[in-house]
Amino acid sequence: MNRKLRAVMTAAIAAGIAAAPLPSVSALEVSDPGYYDAMKGQNISLNVYNWGEYISDGSEGSVDVNAEFEKLTGIKVNYTTFATNEELYAKLQSGAVNYDIIIPSDYMIARMIREGLVQKLDLSQIPALSNIDPDYMNAAFDPTGEYSVPYTWGTVGIIYNTTKITEPVDSWEILWDEKYKGDILMFSNPRDALMIAEKKLGYSMNTSDENEIRAAFEELKAQKPLVQSYVMDEIFDKMGSGEAAVAPYYAGDAITMIDDNPDLAFVSPKEGTNTFIDSICIPADAANVQAAHMYINFLCEPEVAAANIEAIGYSTPNTAAFALLDEETQNSPISYPSQEIMDKAETFLVLPDETNALIDQLWTSLLSTSASADEKKEQGGGFSPVWIVLIVALGVLLVLVGKKKKQKTDAAGVPEEEEEEEEEYEDDEEDNNQDDDVK
Amino acid sequence: MRKAVAAPYLVWMAIFIVVPLGLIVLFAFTDSSGAFTLDNIAQVGQYAGVIWRSILLSAISTVICLVLAYPLAFIISRKQENQQRTFLMLVMLPMWMNFLLRTYAWMTLLEKTGLINRLLGLIGLGPFQMINTQGAVVLGMVYNYIPYMILPLYSVMVKIEPHIIEAAQDLGADNISVLWKVLIPLSKSGIVTGITMVFVPAASTFIISKMLGGGTNLMVGDLIEMQFLGNAYNPNLGSAISLLLMILILICMFVMKSIDTEEEMEGMLL
Repeated sequence: MNRKLRAVMTAAIAAGIAAAPLPSVSALEVSDPGYYDAMKGQNISLNVYNWGEYISDGSEGSVDVNAEFEKLTGIKVNYTTFATNEELYAKLQSGAVNYDIIIPSDYMIARMIREGLVQKLDLSQIPALSNIDPDYMNAAFDPTGEYSVPYTWGTVGIIYNTTKITEPVDSWEILWDEKYKGDILMFSNPRDALMIAEKKLGYSMNTSDENEIRAAFEELKAQKPLVQSYVMDEIFDKMGSGEAAVAPYYAGDAITMIDDNPDLAFVSPKEGTNTFIDSICIPADAANVQAAHMYINFLCEPEVAAANIEAIGYSTPNTAAFALLDEETQNSPISYPSQEIMDKAETFLVLPDETNALIDQLWTSLLSTSASADEKKEQGGGFSPVWIVLIVALGVLLVLVGKKKKQKTDAAGVPEEEEEEEEEYEDDEEDNNQDDDVK
Repeated sequence: MRKAVAAPYLVWMAIFIVVPLGLIVLFAFTDSSGAFTLDNIAQVGQYAGVIWRSILLSAISTVICLVLAYPLAFIISRKQENQQRTFLMLVMLPMWMNFLLRTYAWMTLLEKTGLINRLLGLIGLGPFQMINTQGAVVLGMVYNYIPYMILPLYSVMVKIEPHIIEAAQDLGADNISVLWKVLIPLSKSGIVTGITMVFVPAASTFIISKMLGGGTNLMVGDLIEMQFLGNAYNPNLGSAISLLLMILILICMFVMKSIDTEEEMEGMLL
């Protein structure tokens, strides 16, 4: 889930225009201040790795959660961000980095548990865990609830422009509607895109049945000529400016988009959708496990969680924080959809390696074949290894020809090389006219 | 003494260039458990279309860059020195801005509701489909890499004495012969450097095709990125594709180089 590159860009531009002074913010209230004193003055630092734009960071008058944590505990927070679960996974897998706190999504947590990349939490060190709705603990990706603490959740739905689409929208079918050819955006993330096709066909989004996956990709192939582009963060701009009419996206971001452009609307499709949970974990090789638990507890504090939710717009699993939100947010069908929708929603589970490989292969071939039929015909021959062989052969041929020429010229140069260079130069000058003619 | 001075760079090269290259080769020929395999290399075959498109698009961009940059570099090199500085500055000015931001700006220019289409709309034209096409990708590459073509061309051309051109003209050469028989042979090394400096990064770019190509004009850079940061984490296949791309680029450079040296040989004989 690639979030808000656009916001980063805007922020970068805005920072260039004017460095606005931030208003000072009052300290957050925590339930047991004594709990946070344990590690004061020990000069500890904590490496936190989170999604981009996924915490209340003090911009636009909000609370700076990390600064508050530092003030409260004396622990220094080194905060860095990532853009996709896969990026986080690649970093952890390489072993080149050392984080104390990470916030991956459901299926990635399952994968990390399976591969031993995250450690069991000591739940007794997280008293604020009692604020979390038990419904979100023990989810399928972490059935014992020992590895992760839910941070936020949300659903995927359809965001559309009501000035361009006047008919009622309630189904993924709208993304396959010929009428909106060239106005449809699609996820550029294989798992999310495949989920939509699978739901449209009535399959599970966690199927590892090769036939079902291939059938779903056939759907995506059929959709391709209608798709304007495959994007993630660019959806913000393209929907906001009216460049596109309809796109699938995450509910929390949809709220942000609707705030910017009131013509937009969001709907959860009747076929069912994906609900995701982003949870806080501690990597297996974390250096400051105790401080990490303290940070998790801090994020579960009602006021902290509420501040984060207000800043990022996603839904909270924290019941005490939910109570602190304003009524409009609490009743929002986008953030907190009806039970009916939730009953049909699924979370991503980790897929077998072969299935992942198959998905990647089909996805690449989906993106690399040209959209229009004419082009396909024209370039049909272009997609064979024969071309590569031809290019290599041509290259070798050119090199050989070059060498031969060189040898010839070398041979021709032999008698002259016996003379001294300077003499040769004089000779050249004398022969200049002749040479020019030759040339 | 000379060796001592070069030592820091040699160490740097060993650690950050030679070792990673070795790792790429190692990864390309092993599977996830570390056993030797040729599977990765064989798998690259199915992505031949993507590689072919990358090479084609970057070759087109390189040619456009050369055609645009060559006269410009010549004009700049014939100006007075202080004017030359101003022009060079103008060439380099866009490079002071972040690469990503510049490409992002093109996105908002080329969109259906973008600036260009809105302006054309005012005079009753369009809207034209500009973004999400191969043309947009080529445009992005030309825009981003053209300074790398202009600068080497300029630095070679500025050394060409005006007398040489005058001499050719005195001897009755028309403009076309001056270009073909004097300018191009004398600036050959600049052309070769320029082509290499544009072609190589253009062939392996990934963000331009992603932003301006709508995600459908997949290039080999995107493909490699997908292996490392995509759904199936497969650094072995990613390394194999990188390795093959490197070999292809090396072949291209070798061809260029042989053309260059061949010319030098002839030049020496003259």
